[in-house]
Amino acid sequence: MFERTELNARNDRTQALVKVLFGVMTVLLALPVLIILGMLVVRGGPMISWEFLTADPTNGMTEGGIYPALVGTIWLVSVALLISVPIGIAAALYLSEYARDTWMTRAINLAIINLAGVPSIVHALFGVGAFVLFFKFGTSILAASLTLAIMTLPVVIVATRESLQAVPHEFREACWNMGATRWQTIRRIVLPNSISGILTGVILEVSRTAGETAPIMFTGAAMFLPFLPQSVMDQTMALSLHLFAISTQVTDVPEELPYGVALVLIGLVLALNAVSIGFRTWLRGRKKW
Amino acid sequence: MSTVIDSGDADRLDAAWWIDRIVKVLVFAGGISAIVFILGIFAFVTKEGFGFVLKDMDVVEFFTSPNWRPTSDTKPTHGILALLAGTASITGFAMLISVPFSLGAAIYIGEFATGKTRETLKVLVEMLAAIPSVVWGFIGLSIMNPLIIDLFDVPVGLCMLNAGLILGLMAAPIMTTIAEDALKAVPDGYREAAEAMGATRWQVIWKVVIPAAKNGLVAAVLLGVGRGFGETMAVLMASGHSINMPEGVFDPVRALTATIAAELGETVAGDTHYQALFTLGILLFAVTFVINLTADLVVRGIRKK
Amino acid sequence: MVATSTTSKVSVRDLTIRYGQNAVLRNASFEIPENEIFGIIGPAGSGKTSFLRALNRMDEFTPGMSVDGSITLDGKDVQTWRNLYALRRRIGVVFPLPVGLPLSVYGNVALSPRLRGMKRPDLDDIVERCLRRAALWDEVKDRLDALGSLLSGGQQQRLTIARALSQEPDLLLLDEFSIAVDPVTTMRIEDVLKELKKEVTIVLVTNLVQQARRLASRTAFFLNGECVEVGETEELFTGTVQDQRTRDYVEGRFG
Repeated sequence: MFERTELNARNDRTQALVKVLFGVMTVLLALPVLIILGMLVVRGGPMISWEFLTADPTNGMTEGGIYPALVGTIWLVSVALLISVPIGIAAALYLSEYARDTWMTRAINLAIINLAGVPSIVHALFGVGAFVLFFKFGTSILAASLTLAIMTLPVVIVATRESLQAVPHEFREACWNMGATRWQTIRRIVLPNSISGILTGVILEVSRTAGETAPIMFTGAAMFLPFLPQSVMDQTMALSLHLFAISTQVTDVPEELPYGVALVLIGLVLALNAVSIGFRTWLRGRKKW
Repeated sequence: MSTVIDSGDADRLDAAWWIDRIVKVLVFAGGISAIVFILGIFAFVTKEGFGFVLKDMDVVEFFTSPNWRPTSDTKPTHGILALLAGTASITGFAMLISVPFSLGAAIYIGEFATGKTRETLKVLVEMLAAIPSVVWGFIGLSIMNPLIIDLFDVPVGLCMLNAGLILGLMAAPIMTTIAEDALKAVPDGYREAAEAMGATRWQVIWKVVIPAAKNGLVAAVLLGVGRGFGETMAVLMASGHSINMPEGVFDPVRALTATIAAELGETVAGDTHYQALFTLGILLFAVTFVINLTADLVVRGIRKK
Repeated sequence: MVATSTTSKVSVRDLTIRYGQNAVLRNASFEIPENEIFGIIGPAGSGKTSFLRALNRMDEFTPGMSVDGSITLDGKDVQTWRNLYALRRRIGVVFPLPVGLPLSVYGNVALSPRLRGMKRPDLDDIVERCLRRAALWDEVKDRLDALGSLLSGGQQQRLTIARALSQEPDLLLLDEFSIAVDPVTTMRIEDVLKELKKEVTIVLVTNLVQQARRLASRTAFFLNGECVEVGETEELFTGTVQDQRTRDYVEGRFG
């Protein structure tokens, strides 16, 4: 066997040291999540009540609940999903099932990377220029949701493409050989076996969309509105913008109020993420082939 | 069984064929939508902002003056040097902290951690990525601000340090995830070969895995920079948002993105201020486009090998 | 030598198949008569599978694959078909490695009839009939809901045969079906094929020369992309072959 030389011992020490160092770095990265969550729960927790969730904000948004903001966020996210999910799934189907390795495919991939990478405030500017002004939707849920949908499109595309590609190619070959069309193959075999992966991606997108602020600030969300939206052409309040408003724009807000709003927002987002992660783990455990 | 069908009739373009054709067109439309949208973003932001570039912009002033006073009644100026310095200092500071930590975490998660620990750490990193930027901004405002005031005995805690730390935490998950993917892409054969020669884990990582994953790691850092550069709400809330050529980490600064977010609401569509803000948008779009393109080319570099 | 009473189901003329620049089959010409088993033997890489892919027009899904010359099925060149799906529906294919689709056993066999618009109870009939003919019914009749992709290898292979039969094809292509199957199952499937040839034309690609001898009336020998010999199977084994390489192969001197 190897003799335990001086060099070997030094290597082992370095090894141990490095491992501890990197471990500590990882923990330092992960720790803030727990600290932040802890502080939000401790300080915001007492704010949360059924009334807080279902009452209107009152007295210049320094008292009362967050009901219209919550409803507004649901509106914005739902409309955004209605737009981005079909487009995103179509795009993923094209990339996974139809596209060959051509310059067009590369251009689409580059466009997706850039849609994900362009700053949210630039998406907001686009929303203002395109939807609010050019298409004359005005500041409305429709304009804001379109902006959100385009911004979060890459999330759906990437997740869907991944789960489509997880379906083995030989299943497609077998179907094509039977005379099934591409679409029949997709509908009968590919989609049913990737739908849960797609759903995971959609949940992730919901959580991204719910938290966004910059893209909706000038396209459809308002800091304060005395009424609930009646259609997609109305403006609306939103949780994320409400948090921004009461922590920067409104004076004399009780210190705990924004903690409560932040806790609701982050609770919503993290709960959706947890569902998505749990779903994914469950999927990995299932075996169909 | 073998009913002989007239082959002329068998070769009919039936419903299934037509449906397949239609779906193909729809799906293709979905595929190119990403290109349409990215071109649309460029076109509309340019359309709204280009009036300023043609009419009012003084190129020298724009890039060299630290004075951003678009609303001055007497003499509006549109110098972005201070804004650039603000964005650069915050992003730079964030990267200074975040790059080593993220790469360290990626190596730990990818190469050292196993089983439950690994899964837990990955979930925590994912949760870090999920926190909305407005919540980060709120944390900078309500938790970090008093903390910095107490710890360093300074009058205000909304500053480059605050925004930089927040941004570092925000950019970390994307860097960690992509860096870990890059490490994972290195074939196990490389590791086994080196370990068979008696190298320790760390020697294998340092001498074999990291050099092999170099391009992916560079791409990870680039995307982290892009993320930091474009972040808006958190920076707006935590940086102090005052126009300033920063000299130290406790100076309040102002970022390009935050400027748009803070001022667009005050403008009238089409006026000089409005157009100037869209010009900042063109700049942001161009810079992030170049960063993403570079990252993509760098990653493509690995695949070619 | 040629039995003139039978008509040709498939005729192949000057067929050349390429992947990119690389030709895997060159200038092959032969006839496949109706309602018998036509064997294609030859070592790996001789172009047998590529021929099946060309016949089934799978070049549509294979980037870089190009086909020259002609393959006519029932007098119509497959290259001229517009609705390739309708063409493939008439041709059943069984692969070397069975692919049970991630559907139930029932769903696997019912897939093709369903795509043609067939509904229950006709569907139940055809599923049972096809499973019986593939000699699988007795083993799976109590678990038609089980996942087809989780059956054993031999069962999956018979499932794919049942699935191919559910297309009600008039041409059945088998590509080295016995690779993943035990000898007993192989014999059972061979019996099935002998039955089937009364109604369906069968092309049997195999690298087991004895299997071709047992089943095929006529056999072609492919070698390195060349169709070396076509003739009555027995003649390949006993009689006059024109090419020394054929004799070497069937007598096991290489391959």
